[in-house]
Amino acid sequence: MPIHEEHLIRPENIKTKENLVIDGIDVSGHWSTFIESRVVTDYNEAIEDEIAALPGGEHIHRCWQCGSCTNSCTVNAVNADFNPRYWIYLIRMGMESELLRDKDIIWQCVSCNKCTYACPRDVFPEGVMKATSHWLELKGHTPKSPSMVFDEVFSEQVIETGKIEEGRIIRSFFKRTGQPLMQDWLVEMVKRMVLKLPVKMLFTLGLANFVRPRTSNWGGARDAIKEYAAEKHAEQRQALGLDELVEMAKQEVKPRLPEAAE
Amino acid sequence: MAKTTVYQKVAYYPGCALEGTGHAYNRSTKEVGKALGLELDEVKNWNCCGAMEVKNIDPKIQTYLSSRVMSIAANEMGHDVVMAPCNGCYHNLKKAEYDLEKDEESKQVVDRISKKAGHKTYEAGQVETIHALDWIKGAIGEDGLRERVKNSLNGLKIANYYGCMYTRPRHIFPEKDQGPGSESTSQPHFMDDLLEAAGAENVDFPLKTACCGGAHTLSDSDTSTLLVLNILRAAEASGAEVIATECPTCHSGLEMHQVRAEKKYGYESNVKILYFTQLLGMALGVKPKQVGVHENVSDSMSLLKEKGIA
Repeated sequence: MPIHEEHLIRPENIKTKENLVIDGIDVSGHWSTFIESRVVTDYNEAIEDEIAALPGGEHIHRCWQCGSCTNSCTVNAVNADFNPRYWIYLIRMGMESELLRDKDIIWQCVSCNKCTYACPRDVFPEGVMKATSHWLELKGHTPKSPSMVFDEVFSEQVIETGKIEEGRIIRSFFKRTGQPLMQDWLVEMVKRMVLKLPVKMLFTLGLANFVRPRTSNWGGARDAIKEYAAEKHAEQRQALGLDELVEMAKQEVKPRLPEAAE
Repeated sequence: MAKTTVYQKVAYYPGCALEGTGHAYNRSTKEVGKALGLELDEVKNWNCCGAMEVKNIDPKIQTYLSSRVMSIAANEMGHDVVMAPCNGCYHNLKKAEYDLEKDEESKQVVDRISKKAGHKTYEAGQVETIHALDWIKGAIGEDGLRERVKNSLNGLKIANYYGCMYTRPRHIFPEKDQGPGSESTSQPHFMDDLLEAAGAENVDFPLKTACCGGAHTLSDSDTSTLLVLNILRAAEASGAEVIATECPTCHSGLEMHQVRAEKKYGYESNVKILYFTQLLGMALGVKPKQVGVHENVSDSMSLLKEKGIA
């Protein structure tokens, strides 16, 4: 018998036997498909609080699972596995291993805020997605996503000089993510643009590479922002118990050291 | 706009993108202001509003960055209206305004950083932040615009694309969805109204507020290309010759991924991408070069000539 809602079941949990006899009746090819039941035992009740401690995740507790977020989601329309409603459910239930199955796509939220618009409970799912991908990175489940690298490159420039210069951002981003700058489509785009531009403007554009745009008298703001950011960072580390994790890792390593010496 | 403010003279906050990829939007906005006799007073020594990136590092730093711009406009220049043509800047200033009105912690953080930075703390209500669309609509209106059109857009078929940040999330735009005369967050129409007054024909475009994937233009290019492809296809299916934009991120996103879709998926689209201020400028008799049509990647000159606009 075919299983109709097959996409809801993980392929590895669907078992079909070639030849099967039950109670003396040969059911091969007809009643020979089974779904293996799955048992979740590793609840991590701390996840919800940890994600709520990160910026954007504060209102996750309000969710009543209506699914408006997933329904309105831009990314869900191009990738059905991208399911904010489900992830909020998993986080609130503490089903860490299930959440980790999707760890490599959660960062793909494009911040279009359609979910925020649709949500009847003001959960701000967009913020929850950002907090969740941030959590995954802080806990070491995923490397920094390209989006996070971009955010960092961008924010560093803003905090340092008060303004950004797009060319510099693009170059730093490709460098930090180890991609070549000469992407064929970027080259093509620049070609199409440059051909029509007058020489004077090309000169001005080139100049931006040497003269960084910056806000004057920015020093005070820069220092104040950095000080605040450092405090916040420490608070978040504490909420996620990251310092303890590092300490524990050190303790685990210690007893083995004499052995290594021998 | 039901408000009594007439926006004849406003503080102008161009933002970083308008000094880079959105250069054409900057000059066309200024040209439109000049042609309509409206004065733009650029915010002195402005800084980045935080765009879509800083909030992911810490939202309150973004609130501070946006508040500084408003503080300068209000306390150092004496303005009560800030006009931002970029959707991102507009959105962030609105968001900061909302947070500073409602959230005590945001207020404290902004106050603390502002004091250390050595300028007055911005207080909610000191300025009204408006988009370039609100500005033209409020100061001139469709009727006023119709009288001033020298070079009609001759029924050019336009898909009006507003993007995400202009209408979402709804709670930071308290003046929208207030009945007749106000902007709608589900079916925005200010750009449609203005371009129609300039002689264009607006097509029935279903993806006005769809997302172009602008936040991940570079970090997740494949998704962005798919999203832009949707927009381009829908515009062409609606019979549009031009997609009118009102955001530098959307604009460069559409242009970049139009090229990328061609390179990567072999999908060639003919629809041209222009800022609404470029279209309005030309309708008001400004030369295409002056509104920066040649700075766009998407080459629309032949279409504009064919239509008798350029």
